[in-house]
Amino acid sequence: MATGEALLQLPFTVNKGEVAIMLEFVQQLVNGLSLGAIYALIALGYTMVYGIIMLINFAHGDIMMVGAFVGFYSITLLGTNIVMAMIFAMIACAVLGVVIEKVAYRPLRGSTRIAALITAIGMSLFLEYMTIFLLGPQQKVFPHSAFPLKEYNAMGLLITNKDIFIIVSAVVLMIILQYIIKMTKTGKAMRAVSVDREAAVLMGISVDKTISITFAIGSALAAAAGVMVGVYYNTINPLMGIIPGLKAFVAAVLGGIGIVPGAMVGGFVMGILETFVSGYGSSLYRDAVAFGVLILILLIKPTGLFGKDTGEKV
Amino acid sequence: MILLEIKKLNKSFGGLSAVLDFDFYLKPKELVGLIGPNGAGKTTVFNLITGVYKPDSGSIIFNGREIAGLAPYNICARGIARTFQNIRLFNDLTVLDNVKIAAHKNVPYGFLSTIFRTPGFFSGEKQIEQDALRFLEIFKLENKKHELAKNLPYGEQRRLEIARAMATQPTLLILDEPAAGMNPQETRELMMLIEQIREEFNLTILLIEHDMSLVMGVCERIYVLDYGQIIAEGLPEEIRNNKEVIEAYLGEEVV
Amino acid sequence: MQESKHKWIRFCGEVLILVALFTAVQYAITAGLLNMYYQINLTSMCINIILAVSLNLINGFTGQLSLGHAGFMAVGAYSAVIMTQFLGQPFAIGIIAACVAAAIAGFIIGVPTLRLKGDYLAIATLAFGEIIRVVLMNIDYVNGPAGVVGISKLTTWPVLYWSMIITILVVVNLINSSYGRAIVSVREDEVAAELMGINTTRYKVIAFVIGAMFAGLAGALYAHFFYIIKPETFNFLKSFDILVMVVLGGLGSTTGAIIAAIFITALTAALQSFPAIRMILYALILIIVMIYRPQGLMGNKEFSRETFNRIWGGRK
Repeated sequence: MATGEALLQLPFTVNKGEVAIMLEFVQQLVNGLSLGAIYALIALGYTMVYGIIMLINFAHGDIMMVGAFVGFYSITLLGTNIVMAMIFAMIACAVLGVVIEKVAYRPLRGSTRIAALITAIGMSLFLEYMTIFLLGPQQKVFPHSAFPLKEYNAMGLLITNKDIFIIVSAVVLMIILQYIIKMTKTGKAMRAVSVDREAAVLMGISVDKTISITFAIGSALAAAAGVMVGVYYNTINPLMGIIPGLKAFVAAVLGGIGIVPGAMVGGFVMGILETFVSGYGSSLYRDAVAFGVLILILLIKPTGLFGKDTGEKV
Repeated sequence: MILLEIKKLNKSFGGLSAVLDFDFYLKPKELVGLIGPNGAGKTTVFNLITGVYKPDSGSIIFNGREIAGLAPYNICARGIARTFQNIRLFNDLTVLDNVKIAAHKNVPYGFLSTIFRTPGFFSGEKQIEQDALRFLEIFKLENKKHELAKNLPYGEQRRLEIARAMATQPTLLILDEPAAGMNPQETRELMMLIEQIREEFNLTILLIEHDMSLVMGVCERIYVLDYGQIIAEGLPEEIRNNKEVIEAYLGEEVV
Repeated sequence: MQESKHKWIRFCGEVLILVALFTAVQYAITAGLLNMYYQINLTSMCINIILAVSLNLINGFTGQLSLGHAGFMAVGAYSAVIMTQFLGQPFAIGIIAACVAAAIAGFIIGVPTLRLKGDYLAIATLAFGEIIRVVLMNIDYVNGPAGVVGISKLTTWPVLYWSMIITILVVVNLINSSYGRAIVSVREDEVAAELMGINTTRYKVIAFVIGAMFAGLAGALYAHFFYIIKPETFNFLKSFDILVMVVLGGLGSTTGAIIAAIFITALTAALQSFPAIRMILYALILIIVMIYRPQGLMGNKEFSRETFNRIWGGRK
């Protein structure tokens, strides 16, 4: 402390202070980026599902939780490395997402959006408490051995290998997703169904199959995010999906729900905003900020940053 | 004396003009038809008059007061009621309740009366019920008053929509394709009904209709709309022989 | 004449049944026939009925899915406790404060959010409910996350019972009136309702404010029976609890909401030692009811004298 202060008593004190403030700012930005990458991955699933069947998949955050647990057991029981754990989690959750859609959401496709939302809330509670029932409510510590922490110091910025791992894998997944949506036949089918389902049917697109694939991809992304949350916070528990799920939903709404690039931008904005609020303000209000943002968007521009307004037809 | 006067009304959706410099008037007790090919903007005009859409510019004067841009319930309170092209009843409610709801704007008792069930509430409810039953009788629906609206056959749903609109006690009634999907017999009966309520309630009626026999049969004056603009106005005879009108319709048939 | 005389007899009969029910339980409590376990569950039941009936006014009759009911309950609970514990006012003042504060909160939240439709409204109300909770956690005056402990037990059987009856009466009287029909028309077809002269925004807000007010009442009763309140008690899982009752009973049926509230309270009591199983059952109720019987147990029907007559072969 004393030496630190002594060091600061140099001629360029003022300058140094400014640099420190700048560093602090950039440091928060870096911290926010990895959190934002996680939110963006979850938000993608929300937005894809909403785009295709107009359903807020309330259980999406809980699919992320299941992904985290699959990753956890893959490391502790099977002894895989983190990348394999992530792949296992993604496969497991892709299957889970397809099953959930088939069992719970498909029978409701003709009914009101409210009914579908209530079912999704039910599915969310089911996943949470089934996990508690099977594995107990205690939180589990993500094994450190799977991911030994390394810290790098670049120009005064503290960057960990966790941050790098999260951001790099998130970006890779997003590029793959963009490729699927833009370049493949499946992606074209997904876009067609989300624009006009009936016309898509007439063009020979299997709507059921396309919706299943959308759930599979969205859930796989959530699972990857789940493993990242495990790495980021070190602990996982059966209710861990609720808050990140809600925040990712806010991110999806912020970017304009149904719009894929919007969800990515929204996710990063939410992550950075959150680290700034807990860094500079009170961490107690960290969660309230997300909800405040949500209400502001819903009241000012419910279609989100990238959305277009559409009127109701009479 | 003019009941409704519309001047230079404009509305566009995403750069496309749906209604362009629309001029229009209605005299009290007139029965006027608005016709035109599909997509000419007829329903948009109705939506502008009744406040579903806000006009981009122009004025709509009803009973000497500007109503353009008012909320739909406000416009209804001034005395304009309407039906819908694709029937919009309160499906899960009874026929009687459908009509009673439309009478709500004149509810004869207050909120506290409702909660405390004062004598005023009961006499008020009785009056609402009697009024509603009277309209159901006119439209020959009194035997179906306890059925759910969604369970009525199509023709009766159309009639119920008019009965419901009448229960708001309008001076101007706007009918959007009232005979759509009806057989000739039902259409004839409907024409008589429209004449009857016009006499009984001193109504002014504006209607959109594709059934030319109905339009030519009952309307005193006809406006023809094409691409959002009035292309002709006059007596049924004049419209029947108007070259532009024939072209507009033939053009549609060719396409 | 004959008919109105008949009505009077029926009315008196109903009052008699309500008073008899009240007296019977009151006697059982004073005579020590109801032990603490039953008293706790009885109280939960009445509070749940108030919550379910009031949420059903918003979700069922008005058709506006609100997921923030626990937030209004929290506003009521804290307002009442501030009055009775911090300012030394009588319980009656506390209850009035709870209702007024919750109604005001309902108005402030309702006016902006009720412009939103369907799922967007649901999420916005959920967010507001959570904001209320987070704000309470940050108010030191009411001990933040730790909450208020040692609240005196003022929720006696008479207060509880008649609060519940008043709630049911107000909602039933409101719904069976021109105002109630206006409220239901909003659910059926908002555009058509507006064009038939119904100020839909106004009736949505009215229903929302009344619903919030009774949630506040439930909060006040809850706080003064269970000794302790903390923000965590009123999180969105509590809102989901109430939603389960309304969905199970049938969106738009007051009797359905009451029956479901009784059933869910009993279920909760029976599964007290297995909270996870209880929640799994709740989840399954939501999913299965929506898939197989979206109208709930009662649909939008009421269990009334007419139903009773029909079932028991009575003639009019």
